[in-house]
Order: sequence, then structure tokens, then C-alpha cells
Amino acid sequence: MNDFIDIGALEDIPSQGARVLRTHVGCVAVFRTAEDEVFALDDACPHKKGPLSNGIQHGRSVTCPLHNWVIDLSTGRATGADEGGVATYPVQVRGGRILLDASSLAARLAAQ
Amino acid sequence: MGQKLVVIGAGMASGRALEHLFETAPGAYDVTLFGAEPRGNYNRIMLSPVLSGEKTYEEIVTHDAAWYAEHGVTTRFGEAVTGIDRTRKVVITATGETPYDKLVIATGSTPFIIPVPGHELPGVLAYRDLDDVEAMLAASRLPGARAVVIGGGLLGLEAAAGLKMRGMEVTVLHIMPHLMERQLDASAAFLLARALEARGIEVLCEAHTAEIRGQGRVEGVLLKDGRVIPADIVVMAAGIRPSSALAREAGLACNRGVLVDDAMVTSDENILAVGECVEHEGVCYGLVAPLYDQAKVVAKTLTGQEAAFTPVEISTKLKVTGCDLFSAGDFAEGPGREEIVFRDAMRGVYKRLVLEEGRILGAVMYGDTADGGWFLSKIKAREDISEIRDTLIFGPNFAGGATLDPMAAVAALPDDAEICGCNGVCKGQIIAAIDGGAKSLDAVKAVTKASTSCGSCAGLTEKVVALTLGDDFVLPAASGMCKCTDHSHDEVRKLIRAQALKSIPEVQQALQWKSSGGCASCRPALNYYLLCEWPGEYEDHGKSRFINERVHANIQKDGTYSVVPRMWGGITNAAELRAIADVAEKFAIPTVKVTGGQRIDLLGVRKEDLPAVWADLNAAGMVSGHAYAKGLRTVKTCVGTEHCRFGTQDSTGLGIKLEKALWGAWSPHKFKLAVSGCPRNCAEATCKDFGVVCVAEGYQLHVGGAAGLDVRQTELLCTVKTEEEAIEYCAAFYQLYRENAQYLHRPYKWIAKVGLDWVKQQVVENEESRKALTARFFHSQKFHQKDPWAERVRGTDSHEFAPLADLTQVAAE
Repeated sequence: MNDFIDIGALEDIPSQGARVLRTHVGCVAVFRTAEDEVFALDDACPHKKGPLSNGIQHGRSVTCPLHNWVIDLSTGRATGADEGGVATYPVQVRGGRILLDASSLAARLAAQ
Repeated sequence: MGQKLVVIGAGMASGRALEHLFETAPGAYDVTLFGAEPRGNYNRIMLSPVLSGEKTYEEIVTHDAAWYAEHGVTTRFGEAVTGIDRTRKVVITATGETPYDKLVIATGSTPFIIPVPGHELPGVLAYRDLDDVEAMLAASRLPGARAVVIGGGLLGLEAAAGLKMRGMEVTVLHIMPHLMERQLDASAAFLLARALEARGIEVLCEAHTAEIRGQGRVEGVLLKDGRVIPADIVVMAAGIRPSSALAREAGLACNRGVLVDDAMVTSDENILAVGECVEHEGVCYGLVAPLYDQAKVVAKTLTGQEAAFTPVEISTKLKVTGCDLFSAGDFAEGPGREEIVFRDAMRGVYKRLVLEEGRILGAVMYGDTADGGWFLSKIKAREDISEIRDTLIFGPNFAGGATLDPMAAVAALPDDAEICGCNGVCKGQIIAAIDGGAKSLDAVKAVTKASTSCGSCAGLTEKVVALTLGDDFVLPAASGMCKCTDHSHDEVRKLIRAQALKSIPEVQQALQWKSSGGCASCRPALNYYLLCEWPGEYEDHGKSRFINERVHANIQKDGTYSVVPRMWGGITNAAELRAIADVAEKFAIPTVKVTGGQRIDLLGVRKEDLPAVWADLNAAGMVSGHAYAKGLRTVKTCVGTEHCRFGTQDSTGLGIKLEKALWGAWSPHKFKLAVSGCPRNCAEATCKDFGVVCVAEGYQLHVGGAAGLDVRQTELLCTVKTEEEAIEYCAAFYQLYRENAQYLHRPYKWIAKVGLDWVKQQVVENEESRKALTARFFHSQKFHQKDPWAERVRGTDSHEFAPLADLTQVAAE
């Protein structure tokens, strides 16, 4: 069961930027790419918990600001030689609004 | 299910043995690994760089939790094995018994603590594991702390050098007449002692320790001749003893170490031993190369293959940065032995070969050790050198008749020449790896492990790879900016200028970028190049900046930030200090620290608090200190003629004027200045990117210093007569650097590339060029001298500091 809730406007996130969503499972980074795709994933690098929302975004990836791990926004997995990953959450953009699947947050909370 | 293999000891030898085992027979054994230290395998021979601060512990870990998990190793770190019951085939620990089919004893060695009175006092340390290093580091943090190192062998000298680098006063006590007597002859040891003394390490030979003194903890060392050396710590590096007690109690045959045969099997056919705890044919080993050879044999024996450990000639290198020495073979004098000696006392170079019957028996080299591998290969091969004896000491260059090209020396090496002593990798193995498909330096390192332990052979490894790959070899620096383009930094800058490219997408389009939007490496560089080239026209692209420059503070490991307000020339006052104190209290900022650049750093500020912190600092008249910027950082000053009885000029005043002229500018990398009021140089101007040393007749301008990853002394650019000239030349130099240097190159790197003569020509000799540079700089400053904090306080980029939404405030369902 999906349960999409409105978390803000696409406009609220600058292109190639990210904003933080505070949730009961911790901070979730919401990225907007140059192509206006939106991705949501845990704001903690699998390496040393660096805030990914503060990294430089390029293509569909973000480079962690602490030690330059590159995380694939669509899968949450580290790329290249690094291994590990973070949880991702389904998002949709409809009519300029960003919708996030709250059931995925609930599932993550239950798993913790 | 595999057989049960228990390994006692998680050191370098057992780690390597497990690697070989999993390579040849994955799944053959279920492995349980016991380690006395509460951590896994790390590269113990790299503790010296950790001590000296050149590496961190994380960098020397060889196997992490993921590796153990991947290979199904059950780890029992921090759990001491207290006994072995060989009849029931179990090992015993405090928590119970663990059964084995095969057992590997790798208990290593124990540092020998000389049993003089006082050896049990707190502050007497060994140099064996990370805990010892941490205890030394703790001691070194006390101001003026003193260390005495007992033992002038490899380990002792590395400890001494590391402690000195950490700022301690260090004395080395050595019982023999000269240092490292097992590896060096007296002449080389003399040069080494002189080099150590030049770094401020006191070396006392023939120093017999009588007693370690102190009330409750170490206070000093008394020598037999009555001298007393004060000390806060005493490091015992007087040798190691094989740790064979566990094996001995289990009834295994032991002498000094655990006795093993050529297959590394002990007197019990189900028990093997490896590493420093082992005695093979009367010899115990302490250097890593033979232990790695033993590890290979252990893995083979465990998988039922025939293998025999054969000791080979080993060479030694000292891992003290700046002290190059090499020794191999037997170099004692004796009847029938002859010597060839080369000395260049002024350069501190010494080479000595010991020959017998036309063959090299031993080699000792100090100061220039590049030919060490070549000599070692001749020793190992027992090669007849009678034919080349006349020129032998000059090394392979001369023997090959070629010019003094370092590549020729490497090319002349035979295939069995040792390249990496730690991992026992010879030239032929590197070539084989390349033939087997390793097409880059990194690939070769991954396959052969060459230069992955102590790293002292990195340059040699690279040369072998370069030679073998020939034209296919690409040094990373010679290639494109990043994987997005084949254009180098210099080419991209020229094309931006020539084609008048004015935005990142334009550059990427015109220069055919291979990725859609660039990457985290090229985008910040492009943003800077455009900003520098088109001041006032190009609009800064914040999303192509590293977070620190986007939020005008420095990110810390926990995601909080540090904030440094500018203090012009390092001068502050009561009102500013009060405002800083108020901010620290109001926002519960955990750490307030004075920086090396004479500023105050507020550490641990939460990102969402940044605008409010800045607003309060702005209100007190302070602006961003740009401590995060690839741009002007700080101008450090001494008090000059204002207060100092030696001052020749107003160094503080000039420092403030320079800082007011240069602040806000962006550059390829950070840019640090200092102004000293006299040649005593209290502001340490000669290790800055640009340093001014005031003299009675004017101002000496120095450039290209550094005191970070690399330490460089500045070179003199010129001397000028007035403050105005000093500022003009400084601005011209900064602009020349801004316009020409590659992104992330500090001035010293850039000067090394273009040459100081060219810089002098542009800034000093050619007045027209200097005036033009200065004019361009101050034009650009019109656009960049804006306090970014004030802009953020007014609301610029406010999205950076506030969450998109807060779902924790929404009622949970």
C-alpha cells in the first residue's frame, strides 16, 4: 500500500540542489536534479554518515561532502570501488508538488 | 562444511596467510581468528607514520569487518587464548573451548623490557601496538614533554623521529658504539646520527641505562656514568622476543621461538606456526618480508600442497622521512673480504660494498639509496662482478653505459630485482601482472600488492609500470581534468578565454564534455575558471561549489560547521571578543579555539543556526573570515615597530592593509599571508604562500611557501622600499597565480611548474605587466568584496539552512 503525502513544491528545491526532510526515521535528503527528477534518500552516507544533502550533485549522483563517496540517487548505492548503500523512498512530482510515499517511512521505522 | 581452522593472533603474518588461503581454497576451512588486541589486522610496520602524524590508523587497517564477514571468519578480538589441549584438539579461553582440526599459532613477539630498576613505572612504554602509539601521543600533547628512547635500532629511531615530529624533546640512548649496528657500519651510522641531530634528536651512544627514576611515574633516566636525562616517557625499543609461551605450555617443541619445519609445521602435525613467534633453522625473523614468505607456505601446507620456506637475503630501509638508508647482506670486515667505498661528505652520501671472490656480499648506502635494489639482486644472484668492478659503485646507470636517466636505471634491473621488499615483489612479477591485463599503476598495485605496505618503493613501482607499458602509460597528471573530458586544466582555461565561453553548460557543450553535467571534480574547477576570467559577468554557480563555500563555514565530521570571523591582521579588541563570547553562549557552541592563523574558531555550530550566528557577529562589526575558502585566508602578523624592540617596520599595519586589499577574492586554492616585522620572522612569513619580512631598508617579498602536506620554504621574489609597493606586488603576484594556476594547486606547486624566473619577469621586471595584473585584480575585487554572511543574513540562499518540511511535527498515524 502506497501512501503519498505532499512534502513541498518542486520550486522549493533549487535545481541541482537538495533540501532536508525531518522524519521519525531521521533526516531524509530530497534531491532535485538538473533534469527536474526528484529523489529521496537517507541523509547519511553509508561510509561515515556524512550529510549527503550537502554534497555536490551531478547527473543522478551526489558526492558526499566528507570523503567524496559517490552515491547513486536512484538506488542509494555507493558507486565505484566503495560498497554500501542507504535507504531510498519513492517520490513523485505531480502538478509541481513533491509527493513522498509515507508508507515507506513507516516501513523503515518498523524495521529500525 | 569445511574443516575447522583456528588462528591465534591477528597480526600481519596471519592476515597474509588467510589472504593466500582464501585465494587458493575458498571455503576449505571455517576460520576462527583470535587476537589479543581489541581490533583486527592492521599494518603494524606503518605505526611509525601514524606516530609521526603522516598517516591515520584507518589508513593502515589491512582487513576490516567487511573482509572478515565476506570470508566467513569468526573474529574473537580482545579475547586471550589461555591454553591449548592438543589431545582433545581445542583452544581454551575465558569463555570456554573452541575445537580445531588445524591450528595456526601466530602469537608474534613481545617487546623486551630491560629489567632495570624503575622499569615498571607508569610512563615506561614499549613500541609494539596501537595502544603504545596512543600512549605516546597522549604524552606528546603536554607542552615541553620529553621522551627518552632506549634502543637505537630501526624501531627506536622511527619512534624517536615520530615523537620529535609530534613536538617532543627526544633523546635516543643506544648501548652500542653506533646506531643500527645490525644494519649499518660505523660511517653510515655516523651520517645517520648527524641527520637525526640536525632534526633536534639527541643521540647518545654507549649509553648504559642504570635506572629509570621517578616518584609514582617516570621522571628521568640515570645512566651508569652518572648522567641523568629528564623524561616524561621512556620508550623501550631494545628488541623483541618471540611469544612462544602458549606453545611451550602446550608441550610443543620450542627453543627461542616455536620450532617449525620447512612446511611451517610444529612438532604437532595439526599445528602450524607463522610470524615472529617462529624459529626456523635457528633463526627468528622480525622483518616483514620473510614473514610474508612464511605466510605463503602456511596457506599451501593447509591446502595440502608441497611448500618450503627458504630464507632469502633481506634488505632494510628506515622509514624516517628524509633519512634514506639501505642495507643488505653481510658487510662485516673479514679476511679475504674487500671493500669499495664512495663518500661525498658534503652531500651526506655514503655507499659501501663488501666483496668476496668477485661477488658482492653486502651493501650499505646512506643518502642516495636508489641503486639498492640493483645491488641486492646481485647479492642474491651471487653474480660475478669482476668485469664491472671499476664502475660498480656508481650503480646500474654506469654499468649500462647509459646516461643518468632514472628510467635507464630501472630498465637495467633484472627481472628478479626486488622492487617491493615488504611484499616480496620483484620486477618480473610486475611485468607479469601487466602482461596479465593490469593496465594501470593502480591495477598493478592491486594485483601484486607492490608498494602497498610501507610505500617507500612507490616511485620505483611507478617507473617499472611506466617502462613496461611504454606509450600506454598515462600519469594521472598528464590526462584530462577528470573522467568527463580529455582536456587538461590548462587547455580548458585557454579555451574559455579564446572562445569567450561564459557558463558551465557552454564550456561543456563547446569542449564536448563526455558526461551530461560534469562531476564533483570538474564543476568546482570550471566555476572558478569562469569566475576568474569574467569578473562581473559570470554569475557564480553555488551548486558547483563545495559545501563549505556554499554555506560559508567549514563542515565537520558530524555535519556541524565551524565559523571563523575575520580579525584583520590578527588584531581584535574587547568588544569583538565579547560578541564572540556572547554568540558562543547563546548558541551553545561547544568548542572555541584559537587557530594557527591568529583567528578564533567557533566549532560545532548547527547548520540551521548559521544565519543567526552570523547576524550577531555582523552586528558587532565582524565579517566572514573566509576560513573555508579557496581564496584569501588570513594575514598573520607580529607586532612590529608598534611594540617590539626589534621591529623595523609596522608589520601589523601592513598586514591589515594587505588583508583589506585581498579579502573576498577567489583563487585556485587557499592563499595565506604573513608579515614579520624583522628577520627574526615571528609571524613565520617564510612558509606562507606570500610572506613579507620587514628589514630596515624596506620589505622582502617571499613567495611559494607551504606548511601542510608539503613543507616548503619560500623563495625571495624581490625587495621593495615602500608599503604601497609591497601591496602592489602582492596583488600582482596573487592575480598572476589566480589567472594561471590549475584549480587546487597552491602557489608552490604552480611556481614549480612555471618557474620562479617567469613569475619574477611578470611581477618584478616587467612593470607594464605588473600594473596590468594589479589593475585586473582590483577590478575583480569590486565584484567579490562582499561579505557573504551579511548576504545570507539578508536571505540569500535561505533554502540551504531550513528543512523542506518537518514530518516529525505531524501526528504519527
